[in-house]
Amino acid sequence: MGLKRKDLLDVASLSAEDIHLILETADSFKEVSGREIKKVPALRGKTVVNLFFEPSTRTRTSFELAAKRLSADVINFSPSTSSIVKGETLLDTARNIESMQADIIVLRHPSPGAAETLARGVRSSVINAGDGCHEHPTQALLDLFTIRQRKAHLAGLCVVIVGDIAHSRVARSNIYALTKMGATVRVAAPPTMIPLYLDRLGVSVFFDLDRALEGADVVMMLRLQLERLGQAYLPSIREYARLYGLTAERMKRAKPDALVMHPGPLNRGVEIAPEVADSGAAVILDQVANGVAVRMGLMYLLSGG
Amino acid sequence: MPSHILIRNGTVLDPGRYHGPGDVLIEGPVIKAVGRDLPVSLRSPRSLLTIDATGLLVVPGLIDLHVHLREPGFEYKETIETGTMAAVAGGFTSVCCMPNTNPVNDNQAVTDFIRAKAAAAGKARVFPIGAITKGSQGKELADIGELVEAGCVAISDDGRPVMDSSIMRRAMEYARAFDVPVVDHCEDLHLTTRGCMNEGLVSTQLGIPGMPNAAEDVMVARNLALAELTGAKLHLAHISTAGSVRLIREAKARGLAVTAEACPHHFTLTDEATKTFDTNAKMNPPLRTSGDVDAIKDGLADGTIDVIATDHAPHAVQEKQLEFDAAPFGIVGLETALPLTLALVDDGILTLETALRKLTVEAARVFGLKKGTLAPGADADVVIIDPAREWTVDVSRFYSKGRNTPFASWRMRGKAVKTIVAGKLVYEAD
Repeated sequence: MGLKRKDLLDVASLSAEDIHLILETADSFKEVSGREIKKVPALRGKTVVNLFFEPSTRTRTSFELAAKRLSADVINFSPSTSSIVKGETLLDTARNIESMQADIIVLRHPSPGAAETLARGVRSSVINAGDGCHEHPTQALLDLFTIRQRKAHLAGLCVVIVGDIAHSRVARSNIYALTKMGATVRVAAPPTMIPLYLDRLGVSVFFDLDRALEGADVVMMLRLQLERLGQAYLPSIREYARLYGLTAERMKRAKPDALVMHPGPLNRGVEIAPEVADSGAAVILDQVANGVAVRMGLMYLLSGG
Repeated sequence: MPSHILIRNGTVLDPGRYHGPGDVLIEGPVIKAVGRDLPVSLRSPRSLLTIDATGLLVVPGLIDLHVHLREPGFEYKETIETGTMAAVAGGFTSVCCMPNTNPVNDNQAVTDFIRAKAAAAGKARVFPIGAITKGSQGKELADIGELVEAGCVAISDDGRPVMDSSIMRRAMEYARAFDVPVVDHCEDLHLTTRGCMNEGLVSTQLGIPGMPNAAEDVMVARNLALAELTGAKLHLAHISTAGSVRLIREAKARGLAVTAEACPHHFTLTDEATKTFDTNAKMNPPLRTSGDVDAIKDGLADGTIDVIATDHAPHAVQEKQLEFDAAPFGIVGLETALPLTLALVDDGILTLETALRKLTVEAARVFGLKKGTLAPGADADVVIIDPAREWTVDVSRFYSKGRNTPFASWRMRGKAVKTIVAGKLVYEAD
């Protein structure tokens, strides 16, 4: 059974079966990265274009590595500006790229919905690598993959997501993915960072991190965007770190075997204390390693595997 | 071209005056008579055009208090000629155009230009709305007296709402001298910074920056308070929230001289329409929730909202092809407003007469236009509507240059089939 879709634009439209299939497929590719010759011919002769309108090192590198380990040809295309500035529409840029016979376009863009707009206009498969504050589906998939490595089942787990939910595509994708797989999701943040009606997405909202952490199986920290300070979301970094920073002391409220996750890059001492980031509970580097396997699995499935 | 027109065998609906079978006789640019079996002596056989309106509605030409004709300055989006052609194709014989052109209509020269262009186009009549402040910058009052002298029927900084309450107060006071309504687009810009759609469950799901209902409600409340202070005629543009409807209802109950309009898209669609990131569902104020839509309908039914206006806002195709957050706000409305309003009649929200009042006599009253009636001696602005005609919205057939509508491919019922302005047949449907 393949993934019956041309694109991966969001988690919201995936079924639990789709997610399961992607994770299983990723599992079978995981082993490739451990071989001496880290390559399989699955995408030989195919072209993958990384189209990144926002600076990104780790996500772009992860996609590039995934495509190369599948033997695809990879082109990195990083226009420095979006069409707002440049005058060329996203669609025109993408059609140009499509004319170069791209099979898969991986898009990172600051505008929510950019991937969907693009996917409607091109025949190539489109993978959303983050569109504004909307979604970052492959991040959620690799997070689920990482949790699954350590915990037998996703269903029934209590996952706490901490930080600026309102502006986080990682949070949105994870909320959709985790609730679809039967996990209980709590979010903890100052009320300024909780968007309207978030509870209707099936999560419980906490303003008090200590209470949110009680009995948690997984704690997922979000990176604090420092520019939010000037927009009155927060009084100070100091107060945020004190109220919403994950410390070793706070982690005692979670289950003893709880995992700590972070999509990176870390603001050490702000949302996460160094002793937590470097502790045995942290699976932050596993997330990075698993990102390659999940993206390999996904590209394999989208190219008709 | 015959100088007399006799419209026979239709159902004449002249809101508040006459509703029943009858004929309408037009002599030159004015209505001569309305009634059953008009005396033959009135019929001048040599130059008479007879229109058979059997099964059709004969109504005063529709009036739209809120359009953007884009000229001068943005002729690539729309011109006065294409905009007024779209108007008559939609059944509108009079439109009031907002001043956010380039240059802004904040002086007589621009007003004169608009009126001259409209006269040359010879389609719908155009009543310009002057700016409240110079350049609509919200800082210094425009020459409001001269604007009114030149033919402006209201003042507004639509699109760039007057944020400074003290400037708004002075504008309302000053406008009293000329008895023109002050029209405000109610939006607290500090509450909508970067916002692109309604703030609610859908914006939370999509991660699109939101514009809360409160941004409109607080400015409606401010404007009502200032109208009470100054005694000005206040007209509130494109009301979109349940809170606004509540505030206006309460103000009217207290006897305040306030009027309000709602747009077809705000009583037809909700923010669910943005779920596909369709930039044609992006306008300001944004599409709200079903609770707001119901409140707008209630407000239309109980008279809290006096008028239906389109906020016709054409944009070029390439502008709406941008990403959702980069695309401009606004949709065209002139060619779809009538059937969307008639849908409220089909749904039992409004009677046919009330629905048409809000597009004719009520609109005329709000801006003090001598329009919206078929009374003998009135300007012969008439629209003949086929209320049963079903048609599909095909944007490539719009007379407007704009193609930006969320109603593309919708099945519609009801259409203007003939439009007469000043006794001249200016539009005839195929």
